[in-house]
Amino acid sequence: MTSHTPVGPLRIGEHVADASFLSILQERGMAPAWDAGVGATPHLAEATTVLALTWADGVLMAGDRRATAGNVIAHRRVRKVYPADEHSAVAISGTAGMAVELIKLFQTELEHYEKIEGARLSLEGKANYLARMVRGNLALAFQGLIVIPLFCGYDEATGTGRLFSFDVVGGRYDELNYATTGSGGSEAKSFLKSAWRPDLSREEALKIAVEALVAAAEEDAATGGPDIKRGIYPNIVVVSAEGVAEIQDDALAGIAETVLEGRP
Amino acid sequence: MSMPFYVPPEQLVKDRADFARKGVARGKPIVVAAIDDGILLVSENSSPSLRKIGEVYDRIAFAGVGRFNEFETLRVAGVRYADLKGYSYARSDVTAKGLANAYSQTLGQIFSHEVKPYEVDIIVAELAATVDEDKLFRIQYDGTLRDADGLTVLGAGEEEITRVLTGSVASDTPMPVVFAAACDAIERAADREIAPDAWETGFLERTDTRRTFRRLTLAEMTAARQ
Repeated sequence: MTSHTPVGPLRIGEHVADASFLSILQERGMAPAWDAGVGATPHLAEATTVLALTWADGVLMAGDRRATAGNVIAHRRVRKVYPADEHSAVAISGTAGMAVELIKLFQTELEHYEKIEGARLSLEGKANYLARMVRGNLALAFQGLIVIPLFCGYDEATGTGRLFSFDVVGGRYDELNYATTGSGGSEAKSFLKSAWRPDLSREEALKIAVEALVAAAEEDAATGGPDIKRGIYPNIVVVSAEGVAEIQDDALAGIAETVLEGRP
Repeated sequence: MSMPFYVPPEQLVKDRADFARKGVARGKPIVVAAIDDGILLVSENSSPSLRKIGEVYDRIAFAGVGRFNEFETLRVAGVRYADLKGYSYARSDVTAKGLANAYSQTLGQIFSHEVKPYEVDIIVAELAATVDEDKLFRIQYDGTLRDADGLTVLGAGEEEITRVLTGSVASDTPMPVVFAAACDAIERAADREIAPDAWETGFLERTDTRRTFRRLTLAEMTAARQ
């Protein structure tokens, strides 16, 4: 029997197949599920361009802040890039509501595993797990409710930064230098193709990331560029051996201004 | 046909309690100290993987003495309870009080209904903004739930270690000093020297970070004891 209340008595020796938090939710019938039924799906908020690139000491992930519903700007200050744990970050594109829940579940999952097992999952393990979560949404993807993440992290085993991209069937792909996803993704990718080079410094990598988002925003209506007047800047997370760090708005303001001034 | 002997309930409970208490008294001691720097948990543990002290949630730690498999079962159930509650509601809704209550109910149930009571004594510690607001709960094998003092010792040599530490540890004592004092007191009670890498620690550090639990590194421990 399943229970929908999370705060019942402690369950001793509860049968859960693995150290997975999602398994507990499934066991109790609490796993997040969306049943869209058949027919047209409504216009839901969609999160757009996110990108990731490697630099000398790690990886970096950036996303614009706009969410759209059809031709309407639904939200101007959406967060699309999140730290997943101390050594990795995850970014999302696609149906915003589902994506945010997916990230929350993924973050809980990594922490849960670490506490139960007393050791962190390997970077590869985290990426595979995320692929499994995306695959779980396949039926919805065919109804238009698509969630595509990007994942990056610092691999403690090899001492390098790595990126992974995904597709709706849960395909997981190792990306070498940079990766993008979302509606403005192809535009951002062609920018990165010319701007990226090995051994970028952290500052250079930050600037290139903002420039790529600006390039995407210029071509894609669903991607929002930096808005200096309103104080809206991209959302960037940097991962290196020291762990994850979110770049604060005041640091981004300077970069955004330089980038915008330099645009033709 | 044989008839089972009548055992009065008083006797039954007493036998069970004696049994559980004996198991707990054999367990190597754990010192828990709430100080200005945070909440420090120290124990002797020669195994690097079978832990007695663990992280439950952002500001909550767990420690248990007695039988490993039993308190490990309780720890895992506690982590599941906390993560589930935090995921369903909000992170701030996960409290040591709720968790301690759940442990108390569970242990009480096991004590009176199962073939054998759990031979454990556990502590649930929650870090607050200041040391006066820190919460420590102690739950015994029969489900007895008590507020624990800022300085609490579980397991073998409980009274002696508490007595020794009461004189040397105050809330403003720095963490490394508390660690060294706890080690000395445990060694004194055990009447032998314990190897530097045979200490298990847990430290809820009073910082603004989300997850406050960490373990002391060997270098930190060695430096503290010099």
